Amino acid sequence: MGSSAIRSEVRDVGSSQATRWRRGRREWTRFYLFISPWLIGLIVFTGGPLLFSLYAGFTRWNGVGVPSWVGLQNFDEMVTIDPDFFPTIGRTLYYAAASVVLGVVLALGLALMVNVRLPGRTLFRTIFYVPTVVTGIPVFIVWAWMFSGNNGIINYLLGFLHIPGPPWLASDTWAMPALIVVSLTSTGGAMVIFLAGLQGIPRELYEAATVDGARRLRRIWHVTVPMLSPIILLNAVLSMIFAMQAFAQPYVMTNQGGPDKATYIFGLYIYQYAFEYLNFGYASALSWVLLLIILILTLLLFLVARGRVYYAGEVRR
Amino acid sequence: MRTEGAVRSARSLPLRVRGKVAIVPLYVPLAVAGFFFILPFIWMVTGAFKTPSQIVAFPPTWLPRPFTMTNFDQAWTSVPIVRYAINSAIIALGSTLGMLMSCSLTGYGFARFHAPGRNVWFVVVLATLMIPYYVTIIPQYVLFQKLGWLNTYLPLIVPSFFGVGGGLYIFLMRQFFLSLPRELDEAAVIDGASAFGTFWRIALPLARPALIVVALFQFVAGWNDFFAPLVYLTNSSLYTLPVGTAIFEGAHTGYIGPLMAMSTVTVLPVLIVFLCAQRFFVQGIATTGLTGGAG
Repeated sequence: MGSSAIRSEVRDVGSSQATRWRRGRREWTRFYLFISPWLIGLIVFTGGPLLFSLYAGFTRWNGVGVPSWVGLQNFDEMVTIDPDFFPTIGRTLYYAAASVVLGVVLALGLALMVNVRLPGRTLFRTIFYVPTVVTGIPVFIVWAWMFSGNNGIINYLLGFLHIPGPPWLASDTWAMPALIVVSLTSTGGAMVIFLAGLQGIPRELYEAATVDGARRLRRIWHVTVPMLSPIILLNAVLSMIFAMQAFAQPYVMTNQGGPDKATYIFGLYIYQYAFEYLNFGYASALSWVLLLIILILTLLLFLVARGRVYYAGEVRR
Repeated sequence: MRTEGAVRSARSLPLRVRGKVAIVPLYVPLAVAGFFFILPFIWMVTGAFKTPSQIVAFPPTWLPRPFTMTNFDQAWTSVPIVRYAINSAIIALGSTLGMLMSCSLTGYGFARFHAPGRNVWFVVVLATLMIPYYVTIIPQYVLFQKLGWLNTYLPLIVPSFFGVGGGLYIFLMRQFFLSLPRELDEAAVIDGASAFGTFWRIALPLARPALIVVALFQFVAGWNDFFAPLVYLTNSSLYTLPVGTAIFEGAHTGYIGPLMAMSTVTVLPVLIVFLCAQRFFVQGIATTGLTGGAG
């Protein structure tokens, strides 16, 4: 990239200002022509709807008639009348925090293990990665059966460890942990990203640490983790955005958020208000709340990471 | 080569120095985790061939005994499973074609042409990744309702021709085109090719590896998608396999055998695609952070 920029610079020296200007204009027409499909999509299907739902959040609207402006009433209802609003935020944060923290730790652990040169590691990589791609409703339905309290395989296996298994999805304490366990099996994507990052850590660092007398766990903590920190942040942000929007899992595994709303999370909440109660105004307001929560969490993650994340080539003051 | 050396050295961590014995304890957590990751697939496929009495038996047993096909028969007769599969295929393939066209054009535009505002637009491409689908779906739904597109495949296919939801694909295509030498394009331009001709005849054929990655990820995403088909397709003859399976599950509690049969049928195409093209999936993830899956 750098060298070709220099080359075109050199070529341009001979041309007059006018031709350069004309070439520049032709180039930007081309740029906009090439991106025009995306640009149209952005306006019609993303940007336009985004602004419209912001407006709709301040209206009462069933999707058929004209939205009628009600000011802050939807937001006022959320915090004063709606008994589901704060508990649903709490449950969604619980689900997201647990699945992000455990998922990133698990992904890093798996990546470190399959990064070691041992026979069969390619097979293990495949096994850890399959559930990320082959996922969705069918897999969640199998998990629901596996978590059955009476004849589920999970409780059967726990029996070997002399752990009496809870009724999982039928219990309002254990339903959410079951969903979190299921979410952990799709951590293979993060594992692959970590694996790519591990290739970039120079061996000299490990050797230096070994010379200094660091054992394996200390080397991981003092070399691998700091060197991977930008990737840890990336994985945390990506999986947080993903987890905050979870929908299909509780939809099929706990019959849309049961038992007793124990797994009723934000995706179900918006879906029901919009497409079951046809309360598009309120659902739009809720969707903007979710967007804002995701933005705030992203900012928080970056703030927490600041000063802790190491970027190669950066000069520390 | 310096980089190759670094790659090799990082792969063989110092662990090896202490000999094979140090490796063995690693197999224990690997095996436990691996078992846990593939258990659902084993349980699904074996369950599809078990009799109802074996399915509810406790303690559970692993292999189907006797081996039965009645679950498939039952699934076949109670739901139009072939119809669902065709619906799924149309949506997955249609949206894949759309993403390939829109994201390669857009990625090429970002990689090749200088224009005022280019960097701002690129930031917008990445910013769209953070927007929850819930924020745009309500106005989109009303728009499609006005167009008379509810209960058609169109809401699930047309937006991908405009790169909607394809932020990471655009990013991937741009990175790939940036890695192609500019001289190739310039030579074509000197030979009198138009900008589009250069893109179509020179750049696109060279971008095949990136196009394959986009196609695989979008096919899988389209096939696995649940939320959008659930919202847009309420006519049962238009259900996709995931929606049909979920509705079947909600309507018949206790029909675990036929459900496992349906689940196996739903998962099979994606599993085959994955096993045949694993390399491309891994490349795609490593370069963009794409993770696929369903929301």
